[in-house]
Amino acid sequence: MADKSQGTGGLTFDKSKRSWPNELNILLALVIIIVIFEIIGQTAPYMRGQSFLFDTRDRFDSIFNEARLQIIILQVAIIGIIALGVTQVIITAGIDLSSGPLVAATAMIAMSFAQTELVNSNPNPKAIFGVWAMDLPVIIPVVIGITFGAFIGAINGTFIAFFRIPPFIATLGMFLICRGIALWWSNGQPVSFPTDSYKFIGSGMMPVVWFLSLAVVFHIIMRYTVYGKHTYAIGSNEEAARMSGINVKRHKVLVYMIAAMLAAFAGVVLSSKGATAQAGMGEFYELFAIAMAVIGGISLTGGRGSIIGTVLGAMVIGVIRSGFTYVKLDGSYQLVAMGAIIIAAVVLDQYRQRNRA
Amino acid sequence: MSVEFVLKTENLTKHYGGVHALEGANFELRKGEHVAIMGDNGAGKSTFVRQITGVEQRTSGRVWLYGEEVNFSGPLEAREHGIETVFQTLALADDLDVPDNLFLGRERTFADWLGPFRLLDYRSMRQSTLDALNRTGVKIPNIRNTIQNMSGGQRQCVAIARTATFHSKLTIMDEPTAALGVQETAQVENIIRTLKAEGEPLILISHNMRQVMDLVDRIVVFRRGRICANLRKEETNGEDIVAYITGAKTQPGYEDAL
Ligand SMILES: Nc1ncnc2c1ncn2[C@@H]1O[C@H](COP(=O)(O)OP(=O)(O)OP(=O)(O)O)[C@@H](O)[C@H]1O
Ligand SMILES: [Mg+2]
Repeated sequence: MADKSQGTGGLTFDKSKRSWPNELNILLALVIIIVIFEIIGQTAPYMRGQSFLFDTRDRFDSIFNEARLQIIILQVAIIGIIALGVTQVIITAGIDLSSGPLVAATAMIAMSFAQTELVNSNPNPKAIFGVWAMDLPVIIPVVIGITFGAFIGAINGTFIAFFRIPPFIATLGMFLICRGIALWWSNGQPVSFPTDSYKFIGSGMMPVVWFLSLAVVFHIIMRYTVYGKHTYAIGSNEEAARMSGINVKRHKVLVYMIAAMLAAFAGVVLSSKGATAQAGMGEFYELFAIAMAVIGGISLTGGRGSIIGTVLGAMVIGVIRSGFTYVKLDGSYQLVAMGAIIIAAVVLDQYRQRNRA
Repeated sequence: MSVEFVLKTENLTKHYGGVHALEGANFELRKGEHVAIMGDNGAGKSTFVRQITGVEQRTSGRVWLYGEEVNFSGPLEAREHGIETVFQTLALADDLDVPDNLFLGRERTFADWLGPFRLLDYRSMRQSTLDALNRTGVKIPNIRNTIQNMSGGQRQCVAIARTATFHSKLTIMDEPTAALGVQETAQVENIIRTLKAEGEPLILISHNMRQVMDLVDRIVVFRRGRICANLRKEETNGEDIVAYITGAKTQPGYEDAL
């Protein structure tokens, strides 16, 4: 049969046509939100014609308000690092609630190996260990922190994959355990005065550098490696993945480990940025990380979502936060608005899914 | 154990709690032979397949593949031993496209030293997918589309193409044409004839009497978890088979299948 049409039952199609990537919708939403803030800024009487993103001080060298741009991304960078891991977990149709407290616990532990012996030529007043743990090369606290994360992630993954505990429950338990570890570690005392090299990790725009480079790495991993393919396959149809010969259990453990290692690294960056670690750190981080992924178009039933989407979701949250400050709205409204946006994102996802089926 | 048997099972049994889905199945498949398994809904046909392919762990019994006793711990191991299966549930990942599904669990890669992070060779997998679809005559609108948007028949075609893409020592198809149109059914039957011509053994599960009589050498009938008949095609006919399926007849030697 010399049949040129490609298709079953005479169905023809355009081979070159690719579907509209979901990420473009989020980008569109981001632009719309920025435009709204811009309009409010230019027109609302109390704003006196300020601009949200553009430079209003008539400089020649710049059209944007770089300071604001930097703040927008800086304030979401650390949670963004967590969101990169949460994205992978949600793609497997799981969830990770333990990342916020894990940030705190890791910050406490890593910081304890990053302290300097002398603070203004006096002994470190917040010393956790003896002199042996002082002024260590920066790699040691970082490795210890990430290893602790890997350990916590392995426990999460093992309970979820091998003992079939629902991810919500397993990671909720770990949420409490990690907060407990953070409090127990130094009896609620902050751990402070790190070495200069440790302080560098989270200084200035470094959190953004970490966030964006890790985003690139995990974008490549999710798109172009076997690990990424299997992660999507498991979330898409776990039984099919198993029947296709994927070691689903082992893979899930790996995904939870990677997510926890990213959260642990976020803890290192956060404690470095503030040059201190406190047991109460990272409150609500797990929820904001999930929100970034959700706004980024991930499906909570698994199988769909992307790192690019999550990065855009992080930008949306960053823009909204700074936009609210810019139009001088109170923090409490911010939470309400954020909640509404998350619900809207999920409703939109449901709607899209129904249209597909 | 002689190697003239591709597959041999002895007292293969599977209980799900109190449900005796499969009871003492003795089954043999010779080199190059095509055998059909028939039986009513719930007779235990798919259960039988799941036990040989390592998808589930059997309650008891023994299985030999090419004379070697096997006890697969999972589907991957069965596949590594050369068993290719179209499962009744199709086992496709909805959010992935056609090449992804064809190669799921055995992706072509490079930079293998990266372990789980080894890189996918998309180009080669896409090309092989197109080749396989051409060879099998299966038509899919756009292989870059996710399976989700495809019709039941198209999904089935993908699952069958997956089996036909890889050379196998034993092919198992669990109701491969159940949702297919006339043309697509003919295509699948052609694929099966090609396997026969190439001497590749096949177990075909089907409710379609015409198809079975057309394609296979032997028919094994399951009834309520037990094998109740083993019939050479030349020595039987449609009515006869129906009598075995419904329980109106039982072959001598299988009397315990009531
Ligand atoms: N996981 C399970 N747990 C409990 N019972 C099961 C399970 N899987 C199958 N069964 C039962 O085992 C019996 C045989 O099921 P099986 O799927 O093998 O039937 P089948 O012969 O393939 O039927 P069909 O023609 O409808 O595909 C049925 O009674 C079914 O309800
Ligand atoms: Mg069946």
